Amino acid sequence: MTAGGGSGEVEAVVAGVFREEWGRIVATLIGLTGDWDLAEECAQDAFARALQRWPYDGVPRNPGAWLTVTARNRAVDLLRRKAVGAAKLREAALLEAAAGRGSGAGGHGDGDGEEGREADAGVPDDRLRLMFTCCHPALAFEARVALTLRTLAGLTTAEIARAFLVSEETMSKRLTRAKNKIRNAGVPYRVPPARLLPERTASVLGVLYLLFNEGYAAGSGADLLRRDLTAEAVRLARLLARLMPDEPEAGGLLALMLLHDARRTARLDAAGEPVPLEEQDRTRWDAAAIAEGVRVLEDALLRRRPGPYQVQAAIAACHATAATAAETDWAQIAALYGVLSRLVPSAVVGLNRAVAVGMAEGPAAGLALVERLEAAGELGGYHLLPATRADLLRRLGRADEAAAAYRAAIGLAPTGAERRYLARRLTEATGPRAL
Amino acid sequence: MRYMLLVCGDLPAYEAMQADGSFLPDCDAWADEMRRRGALVETGGLRPPDDATTVRVRGGEVLLTDGPFAETKEVVAGFSLIECADLDEALEAAARHPVARHGTIEVRPLLPA
Repeated sequence: MTAGGGSGEVEAVVAGVFREEWGRIVATLIGLTGDWDLAEECAQDAFARALQRWPYDGVPRNPGAWLTVTARNRAVDLLRRKAVGAAKLREAALLEAAAGRGSGAGGHGDGDGEEGREADAGVPDDRLRLMFTCCHPALAFEARVALTLRTLAGLTTAEIARAFLVSEETMSKRLTRAKNKIRNAGVPYRVPPARLLPERTASVLGVLYLLFNEGYAAGSGADLLRRDLTAEAVRLARLLARLMPDEPEAGGLLALMLLHDARRTARLDAAGEPVPLEEQDRTRWDAAAIAEGVRVLEDALLRRRPGPYQVQAAIAACHATAATAAETDWAQIAALYGVLSRLVPSAVVGLNRAVAVGMAEGPAAGLALVERLEAAGELGGYHLLPATRADLLRRLGRADEAAAAYRAAIGLAPTGAERRYLARRLTEATGPRAL
Repeated sequence: MRYMLLVCGDLPAYEAMQADGSFLPDCDAWADEMRRRGALVETGGLRPPDDATTVRVRGGEVLLTDGPFAETKEVVAGFSLIECADLDEALEAAARHPVARHGTIEVRPLLPA
């Protein structure tokens, strides 16, 4: 035990431990009891008890083990109390055996230092099983996202509801329904076998990527909670990459997140308007995050099994490591978009490739690709299609056609900020009277 | 755990099954494979909804209606009751079922006995 500080200090320690340990405790207890609600309840109890006890007893040497043992003992007590049938009693006895309470080591219920040491060796890391179960494709995508935030990240139902702009009641129902289905339909609590792993891993990666994007797309101020989603997504991606060291796409996703997040503070100007990549103040990019992102990506690429996240991270790395916008390696970015469009054929990727080719080989080459997309009837109604066309026409000196395309883009742009940005480009292209 | 695979389809799905030469042999092969693993409890195809009679008892009186309980485009055309370790196994069995390539298969867990 370390010396106990003031209760404020202990609260800060508990808050820090919470972020690290919540998911591990819930995952362990689900593994032991198979009961998701019980697992959450006991994890909550353990943290409440830590807040009561640590100011007096001091913070344990291994807070995570203390919390896990306390939560596990709580589960034994609750199961015993609920045990009306022999089956439940057997369950409690099994759990008790797992908790090592028969050995006489440690006190009852509170998990002192002795128990902490014992638990340290015996507690498996069940968080990967939990991740795969939360992201099971038999659950609706929005339920996978909510369940991941609740059970792995420890966000409250109210917080998740606020982040996804639904009522707490709606979110509560969504979580309850998902947990009921897992129990009633026999969704296994495990890391899937090899034959199912690629598909299931894609689902886990997809959920984490959505979390990241939800947070990344959020503005400033009132959207603070949504921005927290970005931090949670990075934390979970870091965990996944550590738990699946042989899956290069996990590293690819983590790298992609780090490289995007590194530009977070430079993305908006003082008025909260988005600043395009080429105009961002690169001294405000987070150099440490970029370095880590590049390192994680290089480790992933060494496995020679490229996937969409690794390729997108490689594109982000090209941008993030260019000292100035003019020094961007557009030829490499264009080649990477070519790879990406083979891995995930999509018109949006095709449009991004057109932009990169327009920079690498000149606007005429980019425009040819845009026109091919238009001819295929792709991306109708998507404002970035005419916006891209407008930029390429402007660079070709075809001002009138550029102005028409900018106006079409303004008419389709979904947000005021994007409309203002496009209006600014229109005036740049044609002079103020063109508006 | 036991799962009921409800084999469903609409008219175009039915026609596609008729046109699919390997459909019936594949159905037999699926059932044989499931039996070999001891996973098939019971299986059967249903005659079309035209041959259905719906029964209700209201106020002690038996009411009979010609046809299915609900008129829908999708009809239940058959079922397989299977025994699996978990949902993943049941979903894999459903995905291997030849009907899945034309119609749909609804996987419903049974209440515990």
